Amino acid sequence: MAQNKVKDNRAWIGVLPVLLIVAFSGVIPLMTVVNYSVQDILDFNTRFFVGLEWYRETLADPRFVDAFLRQIGFSAAVLLVEIPLGIVIARGMPTDGLRASLLLVLLATPLLIPWNVVGTIWQIYARPDIGLLGVALNELGIAFNYTSEPLHAWLTLLAMDIWHWTSLVALLAFAGLTSVPAACYQAAELDGASKWQVFRFVELPRLKGVLVIAVLLRLMDSFMIYTEPFVLTGGGPGNTTTFLSQYLATMAVGQFDLGPAAAFSVIYFLFILLFSWLFYTSVMRNEDES
Amino acid sequence: MNRRSRISRWVLLGYCVYLILPLYWLLTMALRSNADIAGTFELLPSSPTLANFAEILTNPVWYQGFANSLSYVVLNTLISVSVALPAAYVFSRYRFLGDRQLFFWLLTNRMAPPAVFLLPFFQLYSSIGLFDTPLAVALAHCLFTVPLSVWILEGFMSGVPTEIDDMARIDGHSFWFFFTRIFLPINRSAIGVTVFFCFMFSWVELLLARTLTGSEAKPIVVVMTRTVSASGMDWGVLAAAGVFTVLPGILVVWFVRQHLVKGFALGRV
Repeated sequence: MAQNKVKDNRAWIGVLPVLLIVAFSGVIPLMTVVNYSVQDILDFNTRFFVGLEWYRETLADPRFVDAFLRQIGFSAAVLLVEIPLGIVIARGMPTDGLRASLLLVLLATPLLIPWNVVGTIWQIYARPDIGLLGVALNELGIAFNYTSEPLHAWLTLLAMDIWHWTSLVALLAFAGLTSVPAACYQAAELDGASKWQVFRFVELPRLKGVLVIAVLLRLMDSFMIYTEPFVLTGGGPGNTTTFLSQYLATMAVGQFDLGPAAAFSVIYFLFILLFSWLFYTSVMRNEDES
Repeated sequence: MNRRSRISRWVLLGYCVYLILPLYWLLTMALRSNADIAGTFELLPSSPTLANFAEILTNPVWYQGFANSLSYVVLNTLISVSVALPAAYVFSRYRFLGDRQLFFWLLTNRMAPPAVFLLPFFQLYSSIGLFDTPLAVALAHCLFTVPLSVWILEGFMSGVPTEIDDMARIDGHSFWFFFTRIFLPINRSAIGVTVFFCFMFSWVELLLARTLTGSEAKPIVVVMTRTVSASGMDWGVLAAAGVFTVLPGILVVWFVRQHLVKGFALGRV
């Protein structure tokens, strides 16, 4: 935030519209969820107060625990691949000219494709009967079928997520690299630094800020992933690719278990809140330093 | 010194191929008839047809879906940017009671998983009679586009020196004149980037858009999912629809590509 700010509480007038609209689309629904989570709802006129019963039940539910562990595994795998890959891609980017523009557009394209279309694209691409990837793998002698083999389903989802989101990390890292002064590179060259040393001691410290943001954004967004696996695998085979959001959506809309779904939502939201707090404090500390 | 090492250039090249292949496959599928797709496997379509694209452009379910999507995306972008502008301005210029807490609270809404809000949204918008209208989806998407807009705009506006505000005041301009004629034009590129991100996040979202619409305001992304289940697998038409949903994104990104890097450099995305 800026340096010399005036203290003035009338500034609230400027924030009011935002406050109202976010309260309408954020706070009311959230309060409804909290309200549901402590009640047993048989129909909309018959409901009982059950206290923390649903929370206890959710946390003890093996399917919730399984979905949670799968979620952690997936998010960890996504981060381990996408962050290093994104950095390497950013370092290979040309800095100006038409080629740079075209590459930027190509990299940004997956980010702008509707999420279910991403699922559809990969479905068409990976199917063992009509997909380029599926057919190619089978030609190579691998009996690849993501609809029946859990491992294949996982790898396909991971490949899809890398396709979809590595660009975000790459663009962030690229933006970070453009802010490294040329003088730093010249100084490093005079000192006879190796490529690795340039990366480790010149670039990496300046990338720290954007990388923290990249890690947290990818962590949070992969934690909410819903649409792409829904289209591609539908959570299967079995439940092997059912992540938190999908389990929640099945509970809330599919089975209409309002109470448990609400308790689930609140627990889920608290996790996200924890991530957000980490994100916010690190961004702000980063800005205060610079 | 050239920071681009040989390895990273090869990785970039490989990654571009990895990016393009699925898109290429989508395009070839869109150019082939269903019988053709099911019957033979070929790398290049031997008998390309535009029938799938024609189907999308002539069938009202498809082009209505496209129009519905565009209308809530545009509505959402208008609402988000117009409420976020004054808020971002005061966040960048003033300290006030609870400002940091408010900023954080706004941000948590960007992080909220849409699945959490599914049920209450459905009930809320049904009860006020907005269910199945583009406005309902636009308002629901405000949940993450408004905080995002404030976040991006504040980042840009903080970089505009406050001396400009003071000078306008000394020159005797009213605040309204200053804000609309001086301050907003300075922040043109910031507004461009914000529009881009509102557009992007509203355009790609499926879960809320599907929950809040019935038959009237059904967006194209939802038409796609329902076609899959209804008429078996119409791969050709599905792929053609996919191609149509990719195009607006490419267009938008081409226009804002220069501002984009600046937006990312602020780390505010």
